Parts: sequence; structure tokens; C-alpha cells
Amino acid sequence: MKNPLSPSLSRRSFIKTSALAGGGMLIGFNLFQACKPEVTPPVDITQLNFNDFNAFIKIADNGMVTIFSPNPEIGQGVKTAMPMLIAEELDVSWDNVLVVQGALDTKNYTRQVAGGSQSIRHGWEPLRQTGATAKQMLINAAAAQWGVKASECTAKNGVISNSSGATLGYGDVVTAAAGLEVPENVTLKDPKDFTIIGKDIPNVDLDKIITGKSLYGLDYKADGMVYASVLRPPSFGKKLIDCDETSVKKITGVLDVIKFGDKVAVLAKDTWTAMKGKKDLKVTWEVDSKLENTEDHDQILTSLLEGSEFKTMRKDGNVKEAFAQADQVIERTYESPFLPHNCMEPMNFFADVTDEKVRLVGPIQTPAGTAERVARLLERDVEDVSVEMTRMGGGFGRRLYGDFALEAAEISKLAKKPVKVVYSREDDMTAGIYRPAIKYRISASIKDNKITGYHLKEASVNSNMYGLIPNFFPAGAIENYQVDVANYKSNITTGAWRAPYTNFLSFAEQSFFDELSEILEIDRIKLRLDLLQKVKGTTDEKIEYSPERLEKVIQLAVDKSGWGNAKEGVYQGFSAYYCHNTHVAEVAEVVLENDLPIVKKVTCVVDCGIVVNPLGAKNQIEGGVIDGIGHAMYGDFAFKDGEPQYKNFNTYKLIRMNETPLVETHFVESNASPTGLGEPTLPPAGAAVANAIKAAKGIRLYKQPFIKNMKSKDLLG
Amino acid sequence: MPIYNLKVNGQSHAVEADQDTPLLWVLRDHLNMVGTKFGCGIGQCGACTIHLDGSATRSCLLQVSMVDDMEITTIEGLSEDGGHPVQQAWKEVDVPQCGYCQAGQIMTAASFLSQNNTPDTSEIRDAMSGNICRCAAYNRIEKAVAVAATKMK
Ligand code: FES
Ligand code: FES
Repeated sequence: MKNPLSPSLSRRSFIKTSALAGGGMLIGFNLFQACKPEVTPPVDITQLNFNDFNAFIKIADNGMVTIFSPNPEIGQGVKTAMPMLIAEELDVSWDNVLVVQGALDTKNYTRQVAGGSQSIRHGWEPLRQTGATAKQMLINAAAAQWGVKASECTAKNGVISNSSGATLGYGDVVTAAAGLEVPENVTLKDPKDFTIIGKDIPNVDLDKIITGKSLYGLDYKADGMVYASVLRPPSFGKKLIDCDETSVKKITGVLDVIKFGDKVAVLAKDTWTAMKGKKDLKVTWEVDSKLENTEDHDQILTSLLEGSEFKTMRKDGNVKEAFAQADQVIERTYESPFLPHNCMEPMNFFADVTDEKVRLVGPIQTPAGTAERVARLLERDVEDVSVEMTRMGGGFGRRLYGDFALEAAEISKLAKKPVKVVYSREDDMTAGIYRPAIKYRISASIKDNKITGYHLKEASVNSNMYGLIPNFFPAGAIENYQVDVANYKSNITTGAWRAPYTNFLSFAEQSFFDELSEILEIDRIKLRLDLLQKVKGTTDEKIEYSPERLEKVIQLAVDKSGWGNAKEGVYQGFSAYYCHNTHVAEVAEVVLENDLPIVKKVTCVVDCGIVVNPLGAKNQIEGGVIDGIGHAMYGDFAFKDGEPQYKNFNTYKLIRMNETPLVETHFVESNASPTGLGEPTLPPAGAAVANAIKAAKGIRLYKQPFIKNMKSKDLLG
Repeated sequence: MPIYNLKVNGQSHAVEADQDTPLLWVLRDHLNMVGTKFGCGIGQCGACTIHLDGSATRSCLLQVSMVDDMEITTIEGLSEDGGHPVQQAWKEVDVPQCGYCQAGQIMTAASFLSQNNTPDTSEIRDAMSGNICRCAAYNRIEKAVAVAATKMK
């Protein structure tokens, strides 16, 4: 029988229960289905069986709850936070909850992106509903056993009570509950009754991490597996002509050398031998397309800013007119380099391609998309391809791209063996999908000491800011407002990097407003707050941020940081930004040691709605702030004749402990739905530091990385 | 290929490997101990830190031929079941984000604290600065080392 799909079916459609053979109940649901912004039921519920679900809650007859979550951990704490949402509404003690990584079914659900900082926002309602549904079934079973109405029973901490004081544990009724119908309507808790959400819960994988258990893609092994080290073109714009592998094949332990496309893979019985063999390949490359240089990019981006080939992303009023009538026009240009992701765990992937199936295992955030691409590459049915996700040693956007999985699949197919592709750090840094180099030019018209117009231009490599960004602050606050973008197509691969675009735009914008307040001689905080007043009550539905929430984080940051009352020798810088649905304000404190700016402390105020797991949330916030400072201060990259000039950590500098500030975090109390924290504290950090450096040294920074550009201007002692 | 006799976490292992194979890859690929991590291969990140006769050493730079018969301790052998004071402190402070660098951080901290269990903040910051954490969990690592120091007194 086919059920017509109706909205009221939506919960049943992603939850299904069954009794466990040895007692207990299994609740299956689709985590990704449940966590999409709008829940849409799968095609035909009656056809679903348990293989169609990728997440399960097992309630055993001793009351223990196991949550099998397929959402792998990338370092953002979702593997801990998402089960917390279920456990809260299920109303069990967290001590009785075990979180286990489940396998992923890539067959039935296609739009799966795992581990991103939006997971918690999208999972907030559906995951709690799943927990509440299970709880209601347990209550219904207890009520039936007592012969009372379910409405006369309550459940708390794994125990159900009725009005006459009788109690039953979840374990006592779970097997009976498994046979009941899935209830249609359940009530979610009032946030004031939360006992798990809002509590400090340690990372569920802590024990495994601190004892060195196998968790990551690089740790994965399978029977008969060989290791592959891949030689790729040394420069963007070169292709493979010829490869002489005679000497490599003589190395003991080298099993095979395989050419595919413009790449050569050396297969060996262990990683080291494969890497060694790769170094020994004698290869001829040929120029295939333009070999680009950093100086070229610099000039091209500047001429794009000065040209007229723009796409307008938002236009309010008439900036041209405002600029024509202005007393003064302020124009500043901000520049940032390409950046590699440098995940701590280098890219790697396992593939076993046989006639029957294609099995892929490794750290990836886009399993379904990758399965499709592999299927297309190998000309196989996507049903034949399975992807298992491991814990990931960082992502920062790099693991959205499955290029490494495709390599593994192709090599395994040609070698007819299970293969693990392992990148060296040099491979990882030179075969990157980089943050594009970007220049922003911001102009403002001033009339009667007021900002009357604001024009933002973006010149970027390969792609431009996504459509929501032009509706961030200061959209709506300035009458004449325009955002224009232009790009240059390069053969250097680029892509998403933690907080795409905003990671640098925030620096440009918040430096610009800081400078404007100096020029206009208006207090820095007042300038920002005055602009926000104009946005309040806006009827423009496109405006992404909330002026009230931004105002609140600004005021709280002023308050908590002791803004304006720094000790002698301590210089403060301010920055406030909205992105990824989260409002953030930061105050950086800089001191000078031997004339060098040292960031000592950052006060970070965050409005991310309800804080699901403060312990994990603060870790994200601290990491985001320090990452933002590290890349703004030190992150540099360059190309010469298409070849990346930084290849490992001896020349590429990542921030280290002795350079890190103390991050002090404050949350705005809120009952709003939670938003993600993996990204939004990074963007404001660069400007907070730049503005503090301005206060300390009188130098305005327009270019990242700061340290290099300060040095090149010979401004350091 | 030569055979080396390695003493890892109190156990002897005979390993057949090229003399220039870094201990890191012998541990990971030959002995199946994957707790020691690969981050850079050139001694810059600390992900591969192990103890060699008690002191923190980068296993990516140590050729297997150099460690024959020396005492090697890896994260798997630092304690039974994570009971070392540094591991305990790491739990208390809930340090990891992605967690990938943490075995190396713990091994560096354990060796440092065994030589100085009353470190001040700047000593901790200097001692830990050879270990990169790309997730920048530095505030927590710093705090956890201080907590571990109090446990080791
Ligand atoms: S892998 Fe040994 S120091 Fe980085
Ligand atoms: S926790 Fe991710 S690299 Fe340190």
C-alpha cells in the first residue's frame, strides 16, 4: 500500500522503530534527512527498511541508550552536541548514553554534507523531536502496562512515573514500546527545563584520542591494502609527458608504478617506501597552460578593481549620486594572499575497486557527492559505491572536495588492489584547493560628517562571494549602498576555506569603519551603533543580520573587555561581525615587545542562540579566534611560474603556542535556536588585531599577512 | 633487508625495514601502532612525538637503524588506559578539537613535566611551541599542562 505523502507524515517518515531480538528497541532515523533545513519525507515510507536509515538509537532493556551517529567529527564537536539534543528530549541521564560512529548509507540520500558548522542549526528541531518521540513511546508503553492514560504519566532521567506514584524504568517497558505506533505529535521541552543542553559535556571521543586509538583516515587499514604516493604536476599549468620508473621499480618494497592522467602513483607495501619511490621518478613535464605568478595576480586583481567588468550583487539608492555630492570620498584597498588549508592530518583516502563493488573509506565531508563522482569516473552505478567516513584531522573546507578519493579509486581500479593514497605535507600544500587571493576596495562618501554612500568592490580569483554576503552589515544602514564583484579565471584550484570570503572581508570592512571613525572623529563604538539604529525595524527581508543582536554583542564586548580602560602599554582594537547566522564582537589587546606587536588577549562575545554544549562551544570559539589571528598575522602563500612557493612548515608559518593570546569568551543569553560556531569567530579576529596595532603603533594595515607587510615597509624596530 | 630489534612500550619487536625508514612509519605501518601521527615529516609540527629513553623526540626524523635497542614509548604505552596525569589533565580540560595533534602534544608535555613539574606559564608556552595545533586548541593545551603539573608534584 502506498501512503499519500502529507505534511503530517513528516516525522514518521524519518523515524521507524523495531524490537531487538534480545530485548530493547531500535529507533532508526535519517540524520541528514532530519537535519536538512526543510524536512521532506523520503519517497515512499512503506518501502523503507532499516537499511534506509543511517542513525539509530538503541534503548536496551537495562535502560542504556546507544546513539549510532553517522556524522563524523571534523573537530567542531558535532559528534557530541547532536546526540545531546536527542538525549535531552529522550530524558535520560547523559551517563547512560554511549555515542558510537555508525556507517553511512550513501545510497538513498544524496544531499549529505557532514560535519559543517550548520549541522547543529539544522538538527535542532528534528533531533529533539526524535528523542521526544522515543520518550513518548516509552511513556505510552508504561501507561498501557498500568492501565492509565499516558497523559497521567511523566518521564525523567530514564524513569516513568504515574500520578499514583508508581515507577518503571525505560528498560522495563522498552520491548513493549517497540511494538507501538510512532506517535504523531510530541511536545518539546521548554528550554528552562533542559538538563543536558547547556551543560558542559566532554568530547565523546576523548578517551580514544588521548590513548592513540585508530580513528582517522590515515589510521585505517584493510587486508591486502597497499600504499600509494602520487606525483602530481609540480606547477599549475604543466602536464605529464613522460615518466621513467625503471629505478623506482628496483626499490625493494615498491610494488607497482601506475600512470593516470597527469599523475604517477608509486605503490608500495608501506608509506615510506611509496614516498621514497615517488622521489625517484624521472619525469618530464610540459607547459600546458599559463604559468602564473603572484605578481601577475596582484596586477590582475588591481586592474579588475579599476575596470568596469562587475556584477552587481546588491544596490540600494544611488552611490554614484552620493559620491558626486559628497564633501569627501574615502577609498581604501585591502589585499590577501592565497591560503592553503593545511589540515593537520594530510589528505588521504582508501579505495577498493572490484567487479562487485567500490568501497571507499576516509575523511570526507561530502560522502554522497563523492560517491557520485567516483561512480561517474569509473563508469559504475552509484549503487555499487559505498563511502565510510572516518574521524577527520581537521577540515577547514578542504575535505569538502573529494579529489583525493577519486585518485584512490582510479589507482585501485588500475592496480586491482585495495589502495590507500597518502599525501605528504608537501603534496598537501602544493596540490591544494586554496582560498583565492582577493582584493577589496571600499569607498565611502561623507557629507556633513555623515556616511551617505558605501561601495564595496571585490576582485577575486575564480569565484566571488556568495549571494547572502551583500546583505550582511552595513547593508540597510547606509542609504546608498552597492556591492560589485569581478573575478579572474586561473588554472590554480581554489575553493572554500574556513568562513569563505568573510574570513577576509570582515578584516577589510571592520578596518575601514575603524578608520572612518578616526576621520570623522566619532567614537568607534558609537559609529557602529548609530549605523545599526537605522537598520532596526527594517522591512527589507533580505537583510541577513539582526541589528539588535549585533548591538547587544557590541555592548557586551565593551563591557566585558574594559574597552577604553586598558592598562598603560596595552592597546585595544575593536571588531564586530555577523556571518554564519552568528553575531560576534571581539576586542583584541596588543602590547609591544621590541616594537613588535604581541596579541595578549582577546575578549570574544558571541550570540549563537542557545549554547548546546558550552565546553565544546568555547573550544570552537577559542580555536576560531586564534586561527583568525594566526592567518592574518603570518599566513602567506605565493606562486612562481605556477609552482607553489611554500611546501612545508619550515617555510609556511602556522601560529604556535608562544604566539597565542588568551581568549576570554562570553555568551549572550538567549532562547533562540542554536547556530554554528565552527566559523563565525574567525572573521572578526584579524580586524580586531589590526585595529589594536593601529592604536599601538599608529600603522594602519591594509594587507595580510601583517607581520610580513609590516616588515617590508620597514616599520619594525 | 636488515632486521632491527625495537623495544616499544616494554615489548620487543623484530622489524625488517630499510635502514633509512623513519621510526614513525615503522610504528604506524609495520607495528600497527597508529597513535603516533604524521604531520610534516620534517620535524616541524610535533605530531609524531614519542619518547626515546624518556625524552621527547620526533619519530619522523629518527631512522630505524638509530633506535635499535633503545627504549621507545609511544602514546599507546604512556599509561595503561589513559591513566597518566597528562592524559587525565587532557580529559579534565577537554582539550581536543579534531584531536589529530593531541598524541604528540601529550607526549611532549609528559616529557617536559618529567623534567620540570613546577613550570610557569612562559616555560609551558615555550616547551609546547614545537607542537602545532591547526585547530588552535592552544589555550586548552596550555591549561592542561598546568593542571597536569599539579598532578605530578
Ligand atoms: S611529523 Fe614529525 S615533526 Fe611533523
Ligand atoms: S586538535 Fe586539531 S590539530 Fe590539534
